[in-house]
Amino acid sequence: MTAPLALCVRHSRPGAQSVPESVALRVPSDVNHVEAVVELMIRHCFAGQSPSTRAVFRLRVALAEALANAICSGNRQDPAKGVTVSAELLPDLIRLSVADEGDGFDPATVLSPTDQDALERECGRGLFIIRNMALQVEFNERGNIIWMTLPRC
Amino acid sequence: MGFSKTTSGNGVTVVKVDGQLIVGNRQELKQLIHEGLEAGERKFVIDCTHTGYIDSSGLGALVTISKKVRESGGDMRLAGLNDDLRSLFELTKLDSLFTIAKSPDEAIKGF
Repeated sequence: MTAPLALCVRHSRPGAQSVPESVALRVPSDVNHVEAVVELMIRHCFAGQSPSTRAVFRLRVALAEALANAICSGNRQDPAKGVTVSAELLPDLIRLSVADEGDGFDPATVLSPTDQDALERECGRGLFIIRNMALQVEFNERGNIIWMTLPRC
Repeated sequence: MGFSKTTSGNGVTVVKVDGQLIVGNRQELKQLIHEGLEAGERKFVIDCTHTGYIDSSGLGALVTISKKVRESGGDMRLAGLNDDLRSLFELTKLDSLFTIAKSPDEAIKGF
C-alpha cells in the first residue's frame, strides 16, 4: 500500500469556472508512482484546454523521463527522499519543473545515444528524448532541477 | 495492463504489451523473454498494437532483449507501433536496430 499523492492546484480565481494557474506535487522515490503522476499532471495541465494528441504525448514523454531520472539517478530510489513536480500554466505553454534531492549532474557530460556505438546500450536515452520533446530545457547549476517548456495546445 | 504470451501456428512467440512499457514493468518483459529462450523459443514478436507509451527504460529493455535473442540464434521483431511510438524509435535511431512490421500478422509471416 503506497501513500496517496497530494496535489496542490492554484486557481486564477475561486469558483467553478476558474482555470488552474499552477500545479504542484511531491512524489515518493518509487518508480511505481510515475504512471499515476503523469496521468494526474496531464489532467490538470490541460484542464479547460483542447490539446492536440501530440501536445499530450510530448508532456507525457518529457515528464515520465524526467521523473524516472529524478527517482533513479537523482534520488537513487532512496525512500527518505522525494521529487517535487511543479507546472506553471500559461495560455499556450506549460513550464514544468522536476526537482530531486540528489547530488545533481552535469548535463553537458551526457553523450548522444544515437551514435552508432551507443545504439545497443540499455540506458542513456532519457535526456535526449526530453530535449526533443520540450521547446526549451534548462537546469540549475547543481543539476538536480530540470525546467522544461512544453506546448499546451 | 501487462503482458500476455501466445504462440502462432508457425512457432512464433507473440508477446502483447497492453498499456505501457516503462521503468516500472520492463523487468517483467525481460523475464518473460528470458523464460521463452530457456524453453527453446527463438522467434519473437512484440505486439505493440495496444501499447500507449514506451519510455526510455522500455526502449532500453527492448534493445537488451533483442540482443540476447540474437545471441541465442533467434530473432525478435516489433509490430503495431502507433505513430507517436514510431516517432520515438526514429528519434533514437532504434528503427535501424529493429525489424518493425505494421501488424503482428505481417511480423509473423516475415519469419
